[in-house]
Amino acid sequence: MSTTTSTESRSRGKAPAGERIADWADGRLGIYSLAKANMRKIFPDHWSFMLGEVCMYSFIIIILTGVYLTLFFHPSMNEVEYHGSYVPLQGQMMSEAFSSTLHISFDVRGGLLIRQIHHWAALIFLAGMFVHMMRVFFTGAFRKPREVNWLFGFLLFVLGMFTGFTGYSLPDDLLSGTGVRFMEGAILSVPIVGTYLSFFLFGGEFPGGDFVARFYSIHILLLPGIMLGLMVAHLILVFYHKHTQFAGPGKTNKNVVGMPLLPVYMAKAGGFFFLVFGVIAVIAAIAQINPIWAMGPYRPDQVSTGAQPDWYMGFAEGLIRFMPGWEVNFWGHTLVLGVFIPLVLFPLVLALIAVYPFIESWITGDKREHHILDRPRNAPTRTAFGVAWITVYMITLVGGGNDLWATHFHLSINAVTWFVRIGFFVGPVIAFIVTKRICLGLQRRDKDKVLHGRETGTIKRLPHGEFIEVHEPLSQEALHTLTAHEQYQPLEIGPTVDENGVERKVKATEKLRAKLSEAYYGEESQIPKPTVEEYKEITSGHGHH
Amino acid sequence: MSSQDIPEENLPAEQEHAHGAVSVADEKNPFADPGLPPHEHRIQDIDERAARRSERMVALLFTVSMLATIGFIASYVAIPHDKSIFVFPIGHLSALNFALGLTLGLALFCIGAGAVHWARTLMSDVEIADERHPIEAPADVREKVHADFKQGAKESAIGRRKLIRNTMLGAVALVPLSGVMLLRDLGPLPGTKLRHTMWSKGKLLVNMNTNEPLRPSDVAVGSLTFAKPEGLEEHDENFQTEIAKAALMIVRLQPENIKDKRELEWSHEGIVAYSKICTHVGCPISLYEQQTHHVLCPCHQSTFDLSDGARVIFGPAGHALPQLRIGVNDEGYLEALGDFEEPVGPAFWERG
Repeated sequence: MSTTTSTESRSRGKAPAGERIADWADGRLGIYSLAKANMRKIFPDHWSFMLGEVCMYSFIIIILTGVYLTLFFHPSMNEVEYHGSYVPLQGQMMSEAFSSTLHISFDVRGGLLIRQIHHWAALIFLAGMFVHMMRVFFTGAFRKPREVNWLFGFLLFVLGMFTGFTGYSLPDDLLSGTGVRFMEGAILSVPIVGTYLSFFLFGGEFPGGDFVARFYSIHILLLPGIMLGLMVAHLILVFYHKHTQFAGPGKTNKNVVGMPLLPVYMAKAGGFFFLVFGVIAVIAAIAQINPIWAMGPYRPDQVSTGAQPDWYMGFAEGLIRFMPGWEVNFWGHTLVLGVFIPLVLFPLVLALIAVYPFIESWITGDKREHHILDRPRNAPTRTAFGVAWITVYMITLVGGGNDLWATHFHLSINAVTWFVRIGFFVGPVIAFIVTKRICLGLQRRDKDKVLHGRETGTIKRLPHGEFIEVHEPLSQEALHTLTAHEQYQPLEIGPTVDENGVERKVKATEKLRAKLSEAYYGEESQIPKPTVEEYKEITSGHGHH
Repeated sequence: MSSQDIPEENLPAEQEHAHGAVSVADEKNPFADPGLPPHEHRIQDIDERAARRSERMVALLFTVSMLATIGFIASYVAIPHDKSIFVFPIGHLSALNFALGLTLGLALFCIGAGAVHWARTLMSDVEIADERHPIEAPADVREKVHADFKQGAKESAIGRRKLIRNTMLGAVALVPLSGVMLLRDLGPLPGTKLRHTMWSKGKLLVNMNTNEPLRPSDVAVGSLTFAKPEGLEEHDENFQTEIAKAALMIVRLQPENIKDKRELEWSHEGIVAYSKICTHVGCPISLYEQQTHHVLCPCHQSTFDLSDGARVIFGPAGHALPQLRIGVNDEGYLEALGDFEEPVGPAFWERG
C-alpha cells in the first residue's frame, strides 16, 4: 500500500506543474469527478441558444461596473449646494446622490463611460431576458423536465425589472424622481394598508430623506444577491438537464448532438462574453444614456415633458396611463380602482406567461421528458397564445409612451389612448387568430414539401404543350426533420355510462380539460403530418407534379 | 481561395468513406432518422496554408486588442476630461468618453472575435453525440430514499410525539414575527399628515421663480404662475416634503368664464389657485392651454378644466384638483384663506 503511494507520488513529481496543481486540488475538492462529467460536455449549436448567454454576460458586466460605481456614489439625500465642474448647475441645491452622480460623470475619468456601460448593459440584460424567455416559450423548451428552470428564469426577469427600477432611481434626478413618485402614488392606492406601506417605505411622507439609501441597499445587495443565486441555479440546471436541440438527422430525445465544452464551447462562449462586453463599451462610447445633468436634480413640484421610464417599465407605465380614472368612495374610504387595477394587472399579466407550462402539461397530460424543441408552427395554439401575450405587452408599451406617439406621429393623444384601451382587449384576440392561421398555413406547406418535394423553379414544357414546374424530392434528412414532431390527439372523456349501464360522474375539470385539449389538438388546430402511406402512394410510379 | 490550391496529399482518405456512408432511404420508412450526416471538412482541415492564415488572423485580432488597451491607457492620461469633439454623424461628444469607450470596446471585442474565429476555423468541428439519461431516479433508488426517509422520521418519532411536533411548528412559525416587528420603525404612522399642507389663513402666495409675494396685478390673463407658501425656502430641511404637497398653480380667468360657483367664490378677481400636484399619482402639472383653460399632466396626460372646478376631462385621474381659497390682504398681496379643504395629490384609502 505504502509502496504504491510512494511510487505514484514520485511519478507525479515529474508531471507538469499544472497537472500537479490540479492533483492537489482534486485531493481536497474532488474536482476530477466534476470535470469527468463536464469537461467534454456536449452543447448543441443554434443561433437562438446565445440569447441566454447575452443575459448572463450583461449581468456580469453590470456587476463589474456596478462595483466600480459604488466606489464613487454617495447614497444620501442630504441637500448640498453644487460646486463641481458642470457649470450650468453650479450653486443649485441638490441631494448628495445627484451631486455624486455628476461627479462620476464629469470629474472621474472614465466614470461616465462606466455609468453608461452599466445602464446600457441593464437595458440589454432585460431585453435579452425577454427575448430568451420568448425563445424558450415558442420552442416549448419549458416542458418537462425544465419547468422549474423556466420559473427561475421568470423570477430573474421580474427581479431584473425591480433591480433596474431601484437602480435608475438612485441618481435622484428629475426624471427618476418622477418615477419614484409614480410608484408612491401606486402604493397609496392599495386598499387598507397602502398609506402605511408608503410611509414605511419612504420613512414618512414622500419624498422624505430615506429612499435613496434604502433603494441603494436593495439595488446593490438584496436583489442582485438573490439574482446571482438564481442565475447559478439556472445554469446548474442547464448543465444537469443538458441542452435541448432541434430535430434533425441523428438527433433524438435520448441524445444531445454538438461540440464539446472544452475546447469549442469554452472558446465560443468565453469569446462571446468579450464580444458582448466590447459591443456594449462601444455603445457607451457613442450613445448617451440617462444624461441626468440635462434633467437636473429632483424637485417634487417640477417635471419635464415626455417623461419615460426605462423600456422594461414602460409596460407598467402603459397600464396606469390608459386605465380610466375610477374612484369609489364609501364609508369614509376611497377605493382607487384607477390606479389599483393597473397595479394588480401588472403582476397578473406577467404571471400568465409564468404558469403557462403547467397549464399546457395539464392539458396534454404528458409526463414524459422533452429534449427536442418544437418548431413554433407545430404548436399552433401555444404559439398563438404567446403572440397574443406579446401583443398585450406591446400595446401596453405603446400606451406607456402615448405622449411620444402623439408628438412624433402628429396624432391626438386622446386617440392614441383610446386605441390602447380598445387594443388591450381586441389586439390579443386578433393576434391569436392570425397567428394560428399562419401556423396552420406553414404546417400545410411543410406537408406539401414532404409529399411533393421542393419547388425547383425549373419550368419544363411537356410534348403536348403543358408547362409544369419540376419538383425535386427532399433528402431523407429533410424528410425526417419535417416529420419528426409528434402530434397529440385531443383528449376524449370516453363513454359516460359504463358497461353495466351505470352513469359515471364526469368532473367539471375533466370536461374543461377535454374542451381545451380539443381546442389545442382538434381538427381545426393542427394539420395532420404526412404519413408514410401517403408519401408512398404519391411517390410510387406516376410522374407527380 | 479556390479548391485547386489544395495539395492532393492533404485531401483525407476518410472523405471517400464518408461519402459512401450516406445511408440509402429506408424502403419501409422514408421518414426514418438517417443518423448523423457525415462530417464535412473545412478548408482549414485539409489545407495547412489556410489553417496558418486562420492562425495569423487570430493572432492579429489578439494583437489589435493589446494595442487598443495601450490606446486606452494613453487616452486616459492624455485627454483632458472636459474636452469635447465633434463626431459625424453623432454630434458633440466628450472626447475622453469617446476614446476610452472605443479603445476598451475594441480591446474586448478583438479578444472575443479572436477566440470565436479560433474555435470556428481551427478547433475540431466534428459533431459528437452524448447520451441523455432520464432525470428521475430508477425505481430501486426511489424506494431506498423513501425507506430511508421513513426510517429517519420514525427514529425521530416526530409522527408519534405530536406535542414536540406541534410546539416546534409553533415556535418556528412565531419567530419571524420578531423580524416583522423590527420593521415597524421604518417610518411614522400616517396619521392625518396627508390631509394637511403648509397653507393656512393669512399665508402669502410667493412666486416660485422670483421668490416675491404675488399681487393680483402680477397674474396676467393667459399666464400660468407657480407659487409656494410664504416661509418655505429651498434651503429648509423639509423643503422637498413640504413643496410636494404645497405647490400651487395660479391662473387668471375672466370671472364670467368660471362655470363652477364655488370656484368663483374661492377666487379673487378671476384669479384661481389650484394644487399643482396631480390627483392621479402625484406628478406636478405643468402644461396650460390658455384658450380652453385646460391643464395637462405631462406624466400620464390627465386633463383638468380650470374653468370648471378643475374637473377631470380626460385621462386616468380620478378626481378634480383641490382648490385653495384665496383673497387679498390689507397690503394688497394675495393670501391663502385657509388650508386645502381636501387632501392634495394621489387618492388613498383613508381619503374618503
